[in-house]
Amino acid sequence: MRISRAIAIAVAALVVAGAGPAAAAAAAAAADSIDPDADFKAFRDYYTKRFPDVPLNDFVNGPYSMDAELRKQWEAIDDFPPYDFAIDRGKQMFATPFKNGKTYGDCFPEKGIGIRQNYPYFDDKSGEVITLELALNRCREANGEAPYSYVKDEMASLTAYMAFTSRGKPFDIKIPNDPRALEAYQKGAEYFYARRGQLNFSCASCHVQNPGNHIRTEVLAPALGIVAAMPIYRSEWNGMGTMSRRLVTCNSQVRGVPLEPQDELYRDVEYYLTYMSNGLPVSGPGARP
Amino acid sequence: MRGGRRTAHGTALFVAPVLAAVAFAGAASAQAPALPGQALAFDRSKGNCLTCHDIKGGDAPGNVGPPLADMKSRFPDRKELTAIVFDETKRNPQTVMPPFGRNLILTDGEIEAIVDFLYTR
Repeated sequence: MRISRAIAIAVAALVVAGAGPAAAAAAAAAADSIDPDADFKAFRDYYTKRFPDVPLNDFVNGPYSMDAELRKQWEAIDDFPPYDFAIDRGKQMFATPFKNGKTYGDCFPEKGIGIRQNYPYFDDKSGEVITLELALNRCREANGEAPYSYVKDEMASLTAYMAFTSRGKPFDIKIPNDPRALEAYQKGAEYFYARRGQLNFSCASCHVQNPGNHIRTEVLAPALGIVAAMPIYRSEWNGMGTMSRRLVTCNSQVRGVPLEPQDELYRDVEYYLTYMSNGLPVSGPGARP
Repeated sequence: MRGGRRTAHGTALFVAPVLAAVAFAGAASAQAPALPGQALAFDRSKGNCLTCHDIKGGDAPGNVGPPLADMKSRFPDRKELTAIVFDETKRNPQTVMPPFGRNLILTDGEIEAIVDFLYTR
């Protein structure tokens, strides 16, 4: 599994850069041990070499960083962004106490303001990856409130507000030198590069091998920075959706069987992907076709 | 941004029937009937070829794969083209093309019909 990921990156890089077999050998060698730093460098190099004209921080704008025409259309609507209502609603929810008088802010560092860039993180007490969405529902449950659906509505509003207060802050995901954290990272990476579904696509088939290319009229987003705009208003969805929603719909679109939102594996994928985006600024909430 | 794209699509839908009507009136006898493979190739739940390939006669193609044109000269051996549609991963493990035959997305008969159609392009 580990090797297939290295090969996927290496082959994509070879195709694009016309690099020699040395690159493939290097990638295969990197596959022998879990090395997030080496993965990070290879991943970053792959995108910056393939898109030398795209400023690094612009990758957080997904398909707009890849397509000038689409970017113009986006800039035209961005005076009245469709996610505005979600930010307002999330802000109001943050300001409204639970029945016990506590608030969301009481569950988070810095009262939950300007912290999006630190999620997901590895929790060494429970030994699992904690995403922002999971932390929000655990906060609700700890305060005697019922959890929200992970995919849209209230959860999208809360994460929209938290992202908005963090805009511009660079992602700072840490992978501690703990075998459980490294295993979570690796499982996330393997899921990302494994093919599945009747259509036999991996996440990487589109977002590593084909960013900037079109499927019908849609422009495929690069995996680099793809988490930064979450949650997003998608015209295709006619509304807001969370990271959970994006993963579930990706699996469905390839005619695969989605996991439950916030399944441990999905959280591992988010851990891997967000680590790959370290240093890039939070841009969420975003708007996408 | 969606609005702009919807407008473009709407225009294409409006213009296409007019062009078709003109072509029909002008050269009805020269117009070959569409092969059944064309519907299968363009159907989103079947071949859905336009998602990735430009094919003459299809709207809003993607560009993940190469345009499907000059098929007779590019694939003189029908078996080769059929095998690609059936399971291109056999020839190229890194391809993102779905294995239409192996994963039962299309029946053998449907693949043959699509290949018939592709040879008209």
